Amino acid sequence: MFLFLFAISLGLTLQSHSYHKSKFVNSANSITGSIYSIKSDITTYFGLRKENELLLEENSRLKNLLQHTEKETIAISDTAIFELGFVYRPAEVINNNFSKANNFLTLKGGKNQGVKPEMGVITSNGIVGITDQVGANYSTVLSILNSNSSISVQLKRTGHFGSLVWNGKDPNVLQLIDISRQAPVAIGDSITTDGRSTIFPKNIPVGIVKDFTYDQSENFYIIDIALFNDMTRTENVYIIENKNAEEIKELENRSINE
Amino acid sequence: MNNPLALHITRFVVLILAQVFIFDNIHLFGFISPFVYILFLLLYPVKVNQQLFLFLGFLLGLTMDFFSDTGGIHAASCLMLAYARPAVLKYSFGVSYEYNTIKINHTTMSGRLTYISSLVVLHHLIFYTLEIFNIKHTLFILKSALFSSIFTILLSLILMIIFSTKKS
Repeated sequence: MFLFLFAISLGLTLQSHSYHKSKFVNSANSITGSIYSIKSDITTYFGLRKENELLLEENSRLKNLLQHTEKETIAISDTAIFELGFVYRPAEVINNNFSKANNFLTLKGGKNQGVKPEMGVITSNGIVGITDQVGANYSTVLSILNSNSSISVQLKRTGHFGSLVWNGKDPNVLQLIDISRQAPVAIGDSITTDGRSTIFPKNIPVGIVKDFTYDQSENFYIIDIALFNDMTRTENVYIIENKNAEEIKELENRSINE
Repeated sequence: MNNPLALHITRFVVLILAQVFIFDNIHLFGFISPFVYILFLLLYPVKVNQQLFLFLGFLLGLTMDFFSDTGGIHAASCLMLAYARPAVLKYSFGVSYEYNTIKINHTTMSGRLTYISSLVVLHHLIFYTLEIFNIKHTLFILKSALFSSIFTILLSLILMIIFSTKKS
């Protein structure tokens, strides 16, 4: 009995350590989902003032942007914007982890609301993660604070790109690896997404360079990134859907197979 | 509440909810998080079918896993706790524990402390080992397990004291 149950639990554990597997045990089901939304209904009241400030900040930033681009966009037709293919949807975070080695968030919104696996999740300040398991009305997000998470980002100034990973220590500091030593890196440089994957559009702010060292081979940097986004308090997020994702993936698969 | 079944079901639900709503949100110094829900297993009657107890441990852990997206980590560590409990009971309260139907609340303080600490430390060690799952971070595992254990033990003792006075 003991061995049997222990084998099951170890199996589930191993499954949870490998990304890209459909997991049976996740918080995107209706029971845990509804309990978490009750909890967040109560706790979000305490953060309303801060959330309002964030929204105002974002609104004013967007208004400023709009003012600058208004004249230029008149010439561009609507289809040109549509072809970019990214659709933003608001979603509410009902559960947020950041103190474990592998963190997940739970969002209100699932299949019925048009959420699919592998969509990007961001806040107004930066990236949060990628949707993982999607239930009927709830979904889980593989946080960037997860040892299975690896997101392609670039140095905004020079365009050198690498992978954003987490060493499991500080929830506000992530690591950027795989950047060749030839790249000029300075403390204070901005990091943005690079648009190489189908998940995040280009130029979403991520953070700034806080510190850097070299890896064992001395050929690549290990750069500490201070996030713009406070991962310990994310309440409202945007889910990004790439309308062209399927087409891009299909093309990529076709060229791999040939 | 005279019906023991009702008592245990209530305790199960209340402890899970308390863990999810309150204790999961505590992160002292960023890495100390208490797991108070295992009190259910610690307080479970001593005279019990061990097979059933193992299953309950597994079920309790699995419920927590659903909430915290941790695969089977809680289930594995709770199961281990349930498995080790008879040995720890014998070790903490002497060989005769099976004959005297002892209640955890009526035992000596030192015995109770040994009993709770051994099981909590065991649970936390397994939990953090499975969660971090990397030999390179052994020191970090030990540190997290040790400090979280201390915190869990303290909270468990406080909760036990609060709720034991009510019943007697």
